[in-house]
Amino acid sequence: MTDATLKDTAVRRRISLPAIPVSVALAIAWIVAMLVIAAFAEKIAPYGFTQLDLRNRLAAPGNAAHWLGTDELGRDVLSRLLVSIRISLLIAFGATAISAVAGTTLGFLAAHFRGAVEQLVLMLSDFQASMPFLIMALAVLAFFGNSLPLLIGLMGLFGWERYARIARGLAISANAQGYAAAVRQLGATPSRIYLRHILPNIASTLIVSTTLVFPEVILMESGLSFLGLGVQPPMTSLGNMVGYGREYLTRAPWIMLAPATTIVVTTLAVSVIGDWLRDRLDPTLQ
Amino acid sequence: MGRYFAIRIGRAALTIVLVVTFAFIVLRLSGDPALMILGPEAPPEVLAAFRKAWGLDDPIWAQYFDYFGAIAKGELGRSMRDGRPAIELVLERIPATLALTLPAFFFKVALGIPAGTYAALHRGSGIDRAVMMTAVAGFTVPSFVLALLLVLVFAVQLGWLPSGGQDSWRHAILPIATLSLGGAAVLARFTRSAMLEVLGQPYIRTASAKGVPWRKVVTSHALPNAAIPTVTILGFMVGTLIAGAVVVESVFAWPGVGRLLVVAVANRDLAVVQCILLLVAMTMVTSNLIVDFLYGFLDPRLRSKGAHA
Amino acid sequence: MSPPLVEVSAISRTYAMRSGMFGRAAAVHAVDGVSLTIARGQTLGLVGESGSGKSTTGRIVLGLEPPDSGEVRFDGKPMAAPGTTAWRAQRARMQMIFQDPLGALDRRLPVAAQIREPLDIHDIGTPAVREERVRELLRAVELTPAHGARYPGALSGGQRQRIVLARALATKPDFLVCDEPVSALDVSIQAQVVNLLCDLQAQLSLTLLFISHDLRVVRQISNVVAVMYLGRIVEIGSADDLFARPEHPYTQALVSASPAPGRRSAGRIVLSGDPPNPAARPAGCAFHPRCPSAIARCKSEVPALETVGGDRQVACHLVTGAATRDAA
Repeated sequence: MTDATLKDTAVRRRISLPAIPVSVALAIAWIVAMLVIAAFAEKIAPYGFTQLDLRNRLAAPGNAAHWLGTDELGRDVLSRLLVSIRISLLIAFGATAISAVAGTTLGFLAAHFRGAVEQLVLMLSDFQASMPFLIMALAVLAFFGNSLPLLIGLMGLFGWERYARIARGLAISANAQGYAAAVRQLGATPSRIYLRHILPNIASTLIVSTTLVFPEVILMESGLSFLGLGVQPPMTSLGNMVGYGREYLTRAPWIMLAPATTIVVTTLAVSVIGDWLRDRLDPTLQ
Repeated sequence: MGRYFAIRIGRAALTIVLVVTFAFIVLRLSGDPALMILGPEAPPEVLAAFRKAWGLDDPIWAQYFDYFGAIAKGELGRSMRDGRPAIELVLERIPATLALTLPAFFFKVALGIPAGTYAALHRGSGIDRAVMMTAVAGFTVPSFVLALLLVLVFAVQLGWLPSGGQDSWRHAILPIATLSLGGAAVLARFTRSAMLEVLGQPYIRTASAKGVPWRKVVTSHALPNAAIPTVTILGFMVGTLIAGAVVVESVFAWPGVGRLLVVAVANRDLAVVQCILLLVAMTMVTSNLIVDFLYGFLDPRLRSKGAHA
Repeated sequence: MSPPLVEVSAISRTYAMRSGMFGRAAAVHAVDGVSLTIARGQTLGLVGESGSGKSTTGRIVLGLEPPDSGEVRFDGKPMAAPGTTAWRAQRARMQMIFQDPLGALDRRLPVAAQIREPLDIHDIGTPAVREERVRELLRAVELTPAHGARYPGALSGGQRQRIVLARALATKPDFLVCDEPVSALDVSIQAQVVNLLCDLQAQLSLTLLFISHDLRVVRQISNVVAVMYLGRIVEIGSADDLFARPEHPYTQALVSASPAPGRRSAGRIVLSGDPPNPAARPAGCAFHPRCPSAIARCKSEVPALETVGGDRQVACHLVTGAATRDAA
C-alpha cells in the first residue's frame, strides 16, 4: 500500500466515526431498543398479552408482579405494550418500505420515459398530496373492511409521492449530465444505470425522506387504531392501547400513558435522527 | 395571467375527476354497489330499481359516465342506517364541525405565525428554542394523546371543563385547544423556516447593507416573501376545516362530520363515506384554487413561468 | 485503401427552445448539414466557439442522439437507434471522453470498479481477466493499481481524466469522441493528457474526433481540422496546411488569436460584433455581421462548402468566388 492509500483510508475512517450529539445517541439507543423489543416481544414479555389475571384488575404500576400495572381484565400492560410495539413497528416498517420502493420506482419511471408516463406520475402525486390521507384511508377501510396486510398496504400508500418527486428530480438531473449519461454511453442497460449508479447516489436523500415519512406512518396507524378502525382486537397496537385506555382515563390512566409515551418518544427519536442525518447527508434539503 | 388561472381551474377539475374515479373504482372493486349503497336488507325491487337507475347492467365505461352524472345531480345515495339521503346527514353536521375548526384556525394563525416569525428573527434565543421545542412536540404528540392529556388535566384532575359532549360553549374549549395547539406548532415551525430562508437571501443582506433600517427590511422585504410558502400550508389547513377534526371529534364525542365519518366507516355506511370523501375533495380543491389565485397576486413571477409547478 | 471508419453525411439537428413557459418555441439549428469523414487511425479536430454545434455534432457522430436528417455510418453500417440492444452492443466499439471527468465518474464507486464497468456491461472475459485488464489499463494511462482503489473525489483532475480514458479504452474501441477533454484541466496538466492521448492513439491505432475550442491542442493532435460556425462547417483541411494558410475569414481570426511558433503575432484580427447566437442565426453567411471583409452577397446568399485546392474546402463567397474566377 502506498502512502496515498494509507492517507485515504485514514480520512475515510475519520468520516465514518463522527461526533454524535447526545440527543442523537439517545434517539438511536431508543430505536435500537424498540427494534430489539419488536424482534423478541413474546420472549421478553413476562405474561401472554391476552392472559387474564382477574384478581389483579386495574392494578397500579410499580408492583412487583406487574411493573406497568394491569388493565380492567387484569392483562399485564407491559406485556401488551411490548407486543403492541412489535405490531406498530411492523406496520410502520412495512408501510415505509412499500412507499419508498413504490415511490422511487415511479419516480425513476417518470424520469426514464418522460412524456405521458411522467405526467401521469406527477398528476397522481399532486392528487395524493392534495387529499388528506386520513380521509382516503378511512374510505378504503370502509369499502374493503380491515386486515393486517390491507392496513400495511394502505399505510404503504402514504408518502410515496415524496419519494417519487425526489427520485424523479434527481434522476433527471443525473441523466442530463454526469455519471448517468457517461454510464449510458458505455452501453449500460437502464436497470443498471438506475439501480447501480443513480440509486446509491440519491440514497442519502431518500433515507432522509424516510425519517420524515416513518413517524407520520406511526402516527397515522396509531390514530386509525385509536379510532378502532386500524388494528383489530384481539391483536393490539400502540394506538389500540391508547384508545382502549381512554375509557379508563379516570381510574387507570397508566393503561393509556404507557403506549402514548412510547408513540411520542419513538416519533421524536426518529425525527431527531432524521434532522441529524439531514444536516450531515443532505445540505440541500431544508 | 388568464391562462395561468385557466390552467389552475383545469387542474382543479381534474383532481375532482380523479377523486370520483377513485370512489368509482373502490366502489366497484368492493362488491355489488347496489348492495353496498342500499344495504343487504334492501328489498329486491328497490335493488333492481337502483341498478336500473345507476345503470349497473350497462358496460363499465357507461356506468362510469353515469356515475359522474349522478354525482353532478347530487345523488349520493342513502345512509344504510336510517335511509336518509347521505348528503343531508353530512350537511347537517357541518356547522358543528365548523364551530370547532374555525376558531381553531384563527388561534393557529394568531399563535403560529407570530411565534414562527419571532423565532426566526431572534434565532438562537431562548424564545426561539422554546418555539422549536413546542413545535417538535406538536408534531410528535398525536392529537388523540394531546386530547386525552388535556382531558386528564382539565376535566379529570382539575374538574374545570367537561370532558365531552356539545351542551355549552365550555364543551368546545378543550377540542378547540387540542386542534389549535397542534396546528399552531406546525405553522410556527413552517413560518420559522420560511422566514429563515428568506432572511438568508442576498437581497435581504443587500437591503440591510445599504442601510435600510432592519425593521423596514423585515416588514417590506422579508415578510411578503416568507408569506408565499406560508400561504400554501394555510390553504391546506383551510381545506381540512371540514374533515380535519376526525380524531378530536371522536375523543370529545362532538357530533361533527369527523365523528359521522368514523361511525360510518365502522358501520360500513358507504353512501355516507363516499359523500364525505367527495365533500372533502371539493373543499381541498377549492382551497387549493384560492391559494393558487393568491399566489398569482403575491408572486407575479409565477404567473408567467410556474404554470406546471 | 479501406473505406473511412466514420462517414457523416449532411446531418442536421434542430432544438425547440422556448423563452419562458408560454414563449413561442424558436427553432435552434444546432447542427445544419454537416458532412465529415474520418479515416481509420486519423484524428479529426473540430473547432469552434461555444454554440457552434460542435458538441452536438460529436454526440450525433457517436450515436448518442439521432440526427433529424442525414446519416452517420460507422464502419460502413448505419448507426443503431439510441437505447436499442444493438445500439448498446455498438457502444463497445466507440466511446466518449467528457469535458468534466468528475461529473462523468460515479463518486460512490472506487475508480477500478468504474474502469471495469464496460467489461461487465459487455460481458467481456472472466472476472480474473477483467481484473487483469483493469491493472493493464491503469498502467496504460500511467497510473498505478493503488489509484484504482480510490474514489474519484480523492484524485486530481488529471488523474480523473486518465481514469475516464482508461474506462473508455477498456473494451478496445476503434473510435473515441473527445469533447473538450482537457479544457477543464490546468494548463500544465493539459499537455500531459494530450500527449498521453497522442501516444495511446498511435499504439492502439485509434480513430479520434477531437472537439475543442483550443487551437493549440487541436493542432497538436489532429490530422484534419474542421472549423464550425453556427452549426455549419466553414472550413476543413489538413491540420498543418489549414493553420499555416487559413482561407476563411473566421478561421483567419481564430488562428491569429492563437499564438503559434514561427508566426509573428502582428496582424492579429480582432472580431467585432455579437458572439454567435444559435437562436438568431443571421441570413446569408452566418458570419457576415462579424466578418471584416463581408460583401453584399454575404448578407443574402449562404455560401456552400467548396473545394479550393488540395483537400481544402471553404464556405466563403470571397474565397470560392475568387477561386472560381482563378479557375476560369
